Amino acid sequence: MKQIDQSRVQQLLVPQNGQPREGTPIGEPPRSRLSAVPKRIEMSIESDEIRVPIGSDVDIVKARQEGRRIAGDVGFSLTDLVLVATAISELARNIVRYARKGEIAIRPISNSAHRGIEIIARDEGPGIKDIEQVLQVGFSTSAGLGLGLPGVRRLMDEFEIQSKLEHGTTVVAKKWKS
Amino acid sequence: MEVPILKQHHYLIATVQAALTDADLLHLRDALVQRVGKFRSRGVIVDVTALDVLDSFASRTLRDIAHMIRLRGADTVIVGIQPEVAFAMIQLGLNLEGVATALDLEEGLAFLNKQTESRTVQGRSA
Repeated sequence: MKQIDQSRVQQLLVPQNGQPREGTPIGEPPRSRLSAVPKRIEMSIESDEIRVPIGSDVDIVKARQEGRRIAGDVGFSLTDLVLVATAISELARNIVRYARKGEIAIRPISNSAHRGIEIIARDEGPGIKDIEQVLQVGFSTSAGLGLGLPGVRRLMDEFEIQSKLEHGTTVVAKKWKS
Repeated sequence: MEVPILKQHHYLIATVQAALTDADLLHLRDALVQRVGKFRSRGVIVDVTALDVLDSFASRTLRDIAHMIRLRGADTVIVGIQPEVAFAMIQLGLNLEGVATALDLEEGLAFLNKQTESRTVQGRSA
């Protein structure tokens, strides 16, 4: 069996300008680095999770509408609802465009101080060769260059991406209610 | 969902009424570019008041519409971008550069009136 070349497994955890949370003072590195199997650190209410299979542009609309609904239940402001829906739209479109199919899982989350929403975009597509690059390239352009991931990162409070060539990509993005 | 396109004198008015898929957006683009010739329209208004998300694809398609209509010899104005949508757009780095926008339909019509007027004058003097 072929050995997994660790250098091809790229992981990145990007702390965002999120709200200061208990146990996570500003400026300190995040508590958990994304491991091979992402750990759920929040209290999980699995039954509230909605999974939207993504296979065409119709599913993109469905995913963002579900996201908006769940974010509404969490109590986000109208501005944040739009940010969450837009982030889901971008993530879902990446799946359709680059991996053809995958899924978007959306669930309400909470820690001791805040409620929030978590979006997980999974696919088993070609993977991303250079994550650092896709997180930088094309940010300021509207030309549709790049994957729109820097944009998603800005829309959300937390953003993690894990990708392995020929195996797929998983993006975990969270937004906390202020 | 298809976007209805109304012909109003020299203008075409497309009012988006529900969330659009990528295919719907491309259909709207093609329909507007066609009809601007068919009806010899001088201006196009795309009203996106009802849209709660304008992501990178939608922004790019709106920009393409404006540029293609311009190449067809008419003007386009996008009206009704909601405050929250505008905020999300700039967060995404989307600014619809080079595309005319107006607050609402009324302002959009005023813009087109002014635009087509000056263009007619330019055309005559050229």
